[in-house]
Amino acid sequence: MKKLVSLSLIAIAILAMNFTSLLAADSTRTSKLTIVKPDADNAGLKLPVGFGALKVADNLGKTRHLVVNAQGDIYTKIMGKVGSEKGIIKLHDVNGDGKAEEITSFGNYGGTGIAIKNGYLYASSDVEVFRYKLNEKEDVIDSKQPERIITGLKKGNQHETKSIALDNDGNIYVNIGAYSNSCQIEDRTKGSLGKMPCPILDSAGGIWQFKANMLNQSYPQGIRYATGLRNVVGLDWNSQLNQLFVMQHGRDQLHDLFPDLYDDKASAEKPAETMYAIKKGTNAGWPYIYYDPSMNKKIVAPEYGGDGKKESTDPAFSDPAIAFPAHMAPNGLLFYTGNQFPDKYKNGAFIAFHGSWNRAPLPQEGYFVVFVPFENGKPTGKWEVFANGFSGVEVVTGTRGAAHRPCGLAQGPDGSLYVSDDSKGTIYRIIYQKETK
Amino acid sequence: MKAIKIGVLTIAAFILINNQYSVASVQPGVPNIKASIARGKELYLLQCLACHQIDGGGVPHLNAPLDGSANVKGKDKAMLIKIVLNGLKGAEIEGESYSNVMASHKDLTDQQIADILTYVRNAWSNKASQVTVAEVKAVRAKLK
Repeated sequence: MKKLVSLSLIAIAILAMNFTSLLAADSTRTSKLTIVKPDADNAGLKLPVGFGALKVADNLGKTRHLVVNAQGDIYTKIMGKVGSEKGIIKLHDVNGDGKAEEITSFGNYGGTGIAIKNGYLYASSDVEVFRYKLNEKEDVIDSKQPERIITGLKKGNQHETKSIALDNDGNIYVNIGAYSNSCQIEDRTKGSLGKMPCPILDSAGGIWQFKANMLNQSYPQGIRYATGLRNVVGLDWNSQLNQLFVMQHGRDQLHDLFPDLYDDKASAEKPAETMYAIKKGTNAGWPYIYYDPSMNKKIVAPEYGGDGKKESTDPAFSDPAIAFPAHMAPNGLLFYTGNQFPDKYKNGAFIAFHGSWNRAPLPQEGYFVVFVPFENGKPTGKWEVFANGFSGVEVVTGTRGAAHRPCGLAQGPDGSLYVSDDSKGTIYRIIYQKETK
Repeated sequence: MKAIKIGVLTIAAFILINNQYSVASVQPGVPNIKASIARGKELYLLQCLACHQIDGGGVPHLNAPLDGSANVKGKDKAMLIKIVLNGLKGAEIEGESYSNVMASHKDLTDQQIADILTYVRNAWSNKASQVTVAEVKAVRAKLK
């Protein structure tokens, strides 16, 4: 009996703590301790010392990007064909154990992008962007009647997802991916040369800026904010630098398309996956160039007269802020501003690499979350694998062999890092368990 | 560079085998499915591997899987031949969409296409009848 009483006292205490944390839920929370317990196996993840992980929910479908509201509730966007009211899933942890007991959904469109800003939840399909007004708890007030703020975006047969990010001045940034690999006359066809100029860039292959609060905008109301970006899935607004950062998916199939210039190994290792610090007017150079991660140079694409070595001297094209190994498919980018993790993580970038397919016959790479430290507003270049083990296997030979594929990243009000998996629909929460000071 | 050499050797070997096979196939009896599968595997590694992957599993949402696919194992061989010849774009297969473009492979010979398809119909967990040169020839003639 005594034991029961003390247990229930502890339970009440935990609930009370949780309630307090809910009330004080914001990023300025000072406590570095979290009351949530990691799973015994850290949800299958390998993490740095002091970190733990738990599965918040599982088997949710193709969970792409996600966002956590001030209450710690998660909204995640489902990709592809979705059933009635199944486009956005909301996860609510009823008892404070970190697991989502209450799973609800709304929205009739598939898509990837989702974000919260200034009292609205923003979500994208592959052609439109909607927003839902939130109440003071950051719950959606009317899930049936969102405002359509952007419509008529270009959608091709590839790179069709629209990722979104918002700045602090009332603008929303939308990725419109190029519906092509390298703007060849015949897409992905051996030896086919590039179209000159690439006509795709007028309405895709870049980032467009729109107003966050204006209804039914399309290309005439938008600004092509950055161009020459083949496809961006992971992007984030860096509030410290007041600047947009994006992760580009580099082009595929150098060997398949130009076997005389690139062997299997060169094709597996080129081009780099690249991060760009975007300014209005940035041109990353696709499809004319790619970035070679071993030479650290912008190289003329073989479709446009390149021979695998010829450096681009065109001053129009920007250098990346940092380059990563090829084909790892960066799908999530998040600047960490929380207080839960040790100081070194503050204002650095987490990147979720979905994992490659375009390295065969060499083993596939990626399927992990990396951390990139930033100093004085620039990446140090010394990136490290932060969370690994999503694939569940030592070596991924075929993409199908990976159990989970990290896709979206989000930060919770207590500074926890959330990772979505769009293969099995698992939501991970990564926490730091030790006081740092 | 090494890979190119290997590729050249493979092609050379293929031509040799292929010539032998052509001679053999003139003789009465069933075409040798084992030899076709072996040639098809070599071609698969050169032509198909990048997208469809070593395990035939494809890439979710991008490149369709071949292993276990009802279409690949099915009776409609003409459809498979047509896909290799014409390529495929915006495919929706068994409720799943695949967004990468498959290029046309009409430059491959009838024999090569027959071998590749015979291989993918009999690789991994798949088991299905052979695709013959005559079948490829017939489909190609109709497309012209």
